[in-house]
Amino acid sequence: MELKPNVPSGPLEKKWERHKFDIKLVNPANKRKYTVIVVGSGLAGAGAAASLAELGYRVRCFCYQDSPRRAHSIAAQGGINAAKNYKNDGDSVWRLFYDTIKGGDFRSREANVYRLAEVSVNIIDQCVAQGVPFAREYGGLLDNRSFGGAQVSRTFYARGQTGQQLLLGAYQALERQIGQGQVEMFARHEMQELVVVDGKARGIVARDLVTGETTTHLGDAVVLATGGYGNVFYLATYAKGCNTTAIWRAYKKGAAFANPCFTQIHPTCIPVSGEYQSKLTLMSESLRNDGRIWVPKTKGDQRAPNQIPKEDRDYYLERMYPSFGNLVPRDVASRAAKRVCDEGRGVGPTGYGVYLDFHDAIGRLGKAKIEEKYGNLFEMYERITGENPYEVPMRIYPATHYTMGGLWVDYNLMSTIPGLFVLGEANFSDHGANRLGASALMQGLADGYFVIPYTMGNYLAREKLAPVADTHPEVRAAEDAVAARTKRLLSAGGSRPAASFHRELGKIMWEHCGMERDKKGLEHGMGKIPGLRAEFWKNLRVPGSGAELNQSLEVAGRVADFLELGELMCLDALERDESCGCHFRTEHQMADGEAKRDDQQFCHVAAWEYAGDGKKPIRNVEPLTFENVDLQVRSYK
Amino acid sequence: MRITLKVWRQKDAKSEGRFVTYEAPDVSEHMSFLEMLDVVNESLVAKGEDPIAFDHDCREGICGTCGFVIDGKPHGPRPKTTVCQLHMRFFKDGDVLTIEPWRADAFPVIKDLVVDRSAFDRIIAAGGFISTAIGGAQDANGIPVRKEDSDLAMDAAACIGCGACVAACPNAAAMLFTSAKVSHLAILPQGQPERPDRVRNMVARMDAEGFGTCTNHNECEAACPKGIRVEFIARMNADYVKSSASAGRRAASGDSGTG
Repeated sequence: MELKPNVPSGPLEKKWERHKFDIKLVNPANKRKYTVIVVGSGLAGAGAAASLAELGYRVRCFCYQDSPRRAHSIAAQGGINAAKNYKNDGDSVWRLFYDTIKGGDFRSREANVYRLAEVSVNIIDQCVAQGVPFAREYGGLLDNRSFGGAQVSRTFYARGQTGQQLLLGAYQALERQIGQGQVEMFARHEMQELVVVDGKARGIVARDLVTGETTTHLGDAVVLATGGYGNVFYLATYAKGCNTTAIWRAYKKGAAFANPCFTQIHPTCIPVSGEYQSKLTLMSESLRNDGRIWVPKTKGDQRAPNQIPKEDRDYYLERMYPSFGNLVPRDVASRAAKRVCDEGRGVGPTGYGVYLDFHDAIGRLGKAKIEEKYGNLFEMYERITGENPYEVPMRIYPATHYTMGGLWVDYNLMSTIPGLFVLGEANFSDHGANRLGASALMQGLADGYFVIPYTMGNYLAREKLAPVADTHPEVRAAEDAVAARTKRLLSAGGSRPAASFHRELGKIMWEHCGMERDKKGLEHGMGKIPGLRAEFWKNLRVPGSGAELNQSLEVAGRVADFLELGELMCLDALERDESCGCHFRTEHQMADGEAKRDDQQFCHVAAWEYAGDGKKPIRNVEPLTFENVDLQVRSYK
Repeated sequence: MRITLKVWRQKDAKSEGRFVTYEAPDVSEHMSFLEMLDVVNESLVAKGEDPIAFDHDCREGICGTCGFVIDGKPHGPRPKTTVCQLHMRFFKDGDVLTIEPWRADAFPVIKDLVVDRSAFDRIIAAGGFISTAIGGAQDANGIPVRKEDSDLAMDAAACIGCGACVAACPNAAAMLFTSAKVSHLAILPQGQPERPDRVRNMVARMDAEGFGTCTNHNECEAACPKGIRVEFIARMNADYVKSSASAGRRAASGDSGTG
């Protein structure tokens, strides 16, 4: 497999401008002759569907939820970065680019990241024009806050519901196009298979989750904007329905899967409380602006937090990283929390928790100011834990939150299957080995609003695509594969619900492919997964039929794919024999415990190619070259 | 603790439904209500029975997917809390709870506790947006907005579209939902050009979907998990009257406008 990044030539800051000029255009009158299939309706998917429809393409958009407004972008709390420099604090496109490259520990593609930083400013303009109610100052101008991994204030926000407001903006733009008949929306539909004809992506097979009917939708190109795969860990901050099925089907049809082991563990989540737990809830990173993180200095200190005097507390992030303090990047903060807990200094009933304390901030700013900034987050915390964070410090612990890995894409966001574009969290492109806070919303909207409208036209204008008949053998084969799979899930004939396998897989992944990894553990994890998979197919029970709303069947299909993906993640983590960003191999660390990269051997993207069931996938490599930044040891001290 | 559940079971849109009693014998106070249902469902699957279908997704109170009625109250007894964030510590050992889907003509039942809320999407598609082409926006700080206005718009925009307001309303009206979007956009300067047409088109769609009329019971506000206030209904009504009057004048003078 050849990986062609297709990065335009010329100086970094001119590449996108030049590319936009060089690409081929589709005449406005011809756009309506093309049909684009968009799977997913989050920021990237809804943004793409709306902007492609505005241009005149016919769009069919799919989501598994009952409405496109429910996609999990909605749950992002803290904010969205943009290099507006409204604060005059030294921000610039270049600085946002640099912070993102450095935050990703030099494992992302320079040209993509620069473009992201460049269009970030347009995103804010666009969202304000749509009526997104961003926070404002009394003068009427937009307010900003700070996020981890940056020393400037460049994060725009709408209370603690930034993702919700940005998604509703994109959803409203999408509904406008639906109302005009330009987009046909298929809610409660889940993609089951990709249709590839003559080597090009031409459509999908989807299951109507209400009737169980599967239907084929053909077009000229397919866009996957189906989000991340962090639910492989079972307990994660993702929505329950988030899954890997769409990108996994594409992988098995020839799309390379890049850096699958790069998963982000978010430092500030509410700790696990019991075995029945179905998900973990994030507390926004923005809380680290004003909250101070600490644990007792001595092991086994059982005093209530307010009874522990300052001199007996270890504000370990401030101690270890004086210049970034509580605002170090997520991977650094998460590992530090794990370590103090492993030392026995963790707090709460399980010992796996650290305090996030607002006492000093309330003293400095007053309760009213804190309530204005974080009120809804404090309420959410109290609702879940029964404790009042204005009075008692929050307890937090890291949880899986985002996947930087995803389908490999070139500069045009096209995968290794021509005509298959991958946007947002579903691709691998912009965050390297670690994503900075408030950059996921930025990437989703950049891809959907500002990149795909150009690169899609370029593809369609260059290709000569013959119509595909419903009866084409590839279409039939895809439909048959879906039917066979559904039948197999329904007829396994065992006694265990799919969720029980999912929990078991999650424990394997968290233990062996989580915050810290080593060769022995990864091999052990990889050894366990095939057995669990065999047990799944032997002992699974899915009640009901395939011709109705069957939530057990939906879950089982997703778990089946996670059981395959988990193994690939372990393999990728094993073969990347270095530490970088979130990928922390204990064999490779500095004397002070920081990640130790191996730029000689691993300054590349690992893009895995499916080689058939039961066969070891092929590891392809895209070398990363840094012409504009120096490869440095990432330091936040 | 031990909880007894009387759950509405309905095979599909066409079948008749009925209440079926289930026992949840070992409920932890730390569970969410949905986690308790997960446990009940896993035991049903293990016995080879059809689990209770219910909608849910983010489980952190923001996506608006979940929702059903517990003992007559949409999202249950806790104010400003969706069922996914309703924790069992607010119930006690021995409680007998009745669980049923949203009841409204405009929200037909699909299965058990799952209803079809696509009417809400169609109300938004009728005008719940600002028509701005992607890519052509001016600098964001070129449109200053008073902080008070921005905050008020945000209060309205916080609606999660769960449908509890409709379920709570004796008339199954969708006024709180519709007025929240109308108000969000009407309060902001960006929303002014389409303001008169927007409110008329959205209200017309709302009526066409079969939602009831508002008779000021205010049950919607009490049930709303996001604290959306009925003052937005008053704002919408005022806008609607004004818009209809000017549309009437336009019609009389022969200008059909854009609405």
